[in-house]
Amino acid sequence: MTEFLHRYGAEIVTLTLEHLWLTGAAMLIAVTIAVPTGIALTRSPRWARPVIGAANILQTIPSLAFFGFLLPLPWLGERAARVAIVALTAYALLPILRNTYAGIQGIDPSVIFVARALGLTGTQRLIKVELPLAASFILAGVRTATVTCVGIATIAAAVGAGGLGELIFRGVASVDNGLILAGAIPAAALALLLDASLGLLEKRLAIRTGQRQTS
Amino acid sequence: MPAAIEFRSVSFTTAQGRVLLHEISLAVEAGTTTVLLGRSGSGKTTLLRTVNRMVEPTSGDVSLQGTSTRDADLVALRRGIGYVIQETGLFPHFTVERDVALVLEAQGSPRADRIRRSHELLTAVGLDPSTFARRYPHQLSGGQRQRVGLARALAAEPSALLMDEPFGALDPLTRAEMQDMLRALLARLRKTVLLVTHDLDEALYLGDQIALLQEGKLIACLPPKKFLESSQPEIQAYIRAFHRGERSAAAQQEGRP
Repeated sequence: MTEFLHRYGAEIVTLTLEHLWLTGAAMLIAVTIAVPTGIALTRSPRWARPVIGAANILQTIPSLAFFGFLLPLPWLGERAARVAIVALTAYALLPILRNTYAGIQGIDPSVIFVARALGLTGTQRLIKVELPLAASFILAGVRTATVTCVGIATIAAAVGAGGLGELIFRGVASVDNGLILAGAIPAAALALLLDASLGLLEKRLAIRTGQRQTS
Repeated sequence: MPAAIEFRSVSFTTAQGRVLLHEISLAVEAGTTTVLLGRSGSGKTTLLRTVNRMVEPTSGDVSLQGTSTRDADLVALRRGIGYVIQETGLFPHFTVERDVALVLEAQGSPRADRIRRSHELLTAVGLDPSTFARRYPHQLSGGQRQRVGLARALAAEPSALLMDEPFGALDPLTRAEMQDMLRALLARLRKTVLLVTHDLDEALYLGDQIALLQEGKLIACLPPKKFLESSQPEIQAYIRAFHRGERSAAAQQEGRP
């Protein structure tokens, strides 16, 4: 065991960081796209079905195939990490989009009514009322997306994007269970860690709003 | 001097064609309380909401101090009118202190001013700021929540106050306390109030005039004493429905089951 760690320890650390970078970048882009889109959908709900439907379709594309489709594209295909980040972003959109939309739509209508009746402008209503009340819900979507992305990011190694999948693929190729575990265990631990910390944040937000506990 | 609030032939028909208000004309003098009384579905809440344009009349006009609300800026109009609704009106994620001063916050007043005003109003409605300022709505009783709602409605020094069944969800004793508090407060502040209720007793206790609505029509608008003495069948029916328990108990005492 110590020998194993000695041999692969440094590589595991590097690949974990790489894994985090792929996931983190994708999540950042996904949140930037999905949260505003989700808010926009609450303003014109007739678009909700087609747009969420489209995000849903993205979700159904098998990840290996997705990486493969993106690879020949200009600029994107030049760097495997770009391909990986774009694909991961696509997978992260649905949970965040859906929860942003549902979180805001699910706010007690009488609260929105009062916000209007008191003379809050549309922007004030969004920032002071809707987003805070939907925050724990939106974060729950981010959490689901993050855990999914950590998992899918292992496959990104297939197109040479790096990350912990590197070790797993090498382990599979050389029938080395130790190597597979060296990739799989940190990946699982990373997913659990992110899940737990986002879960904690989510709970705090829900408590602060004094209502609606999301699990 | 023009009336503080005046409805001129206000009608409202829903998109489905249901007539909720039919040609209602009514004037509320400054500093007085007018109670909109009627059973559920009589249109009293709809009429109240035409004042701050949460409902836009299909025809007719509402004016405040002689100025039609039709061309008013919506945000400014609503900020200038206090609004209290039943039970659910507080924001679950705001402390009492912040909720009360929300309109001031929306107007961009400095924080220190907001806190000061908020504490001043909490005191006015009988809540000690040192105990209640930092609480959230779910940490308050129903009566306390209504007090906070009232304090919030007063925050921006509105000339008019709209109250939609403010005490509807409270038990009779708490309700009576709140009515006393409101009556004392209004006597001091001289606000123009439009109050919706289906409670005859509340209407008689708080109103300078009582407007009875039925199926979207204004049946009568009379001062409390005249209201009780009225021979109009709709008014008599409303009064009769209210004192049934009293009459039945009195009858039992006289030995008639």
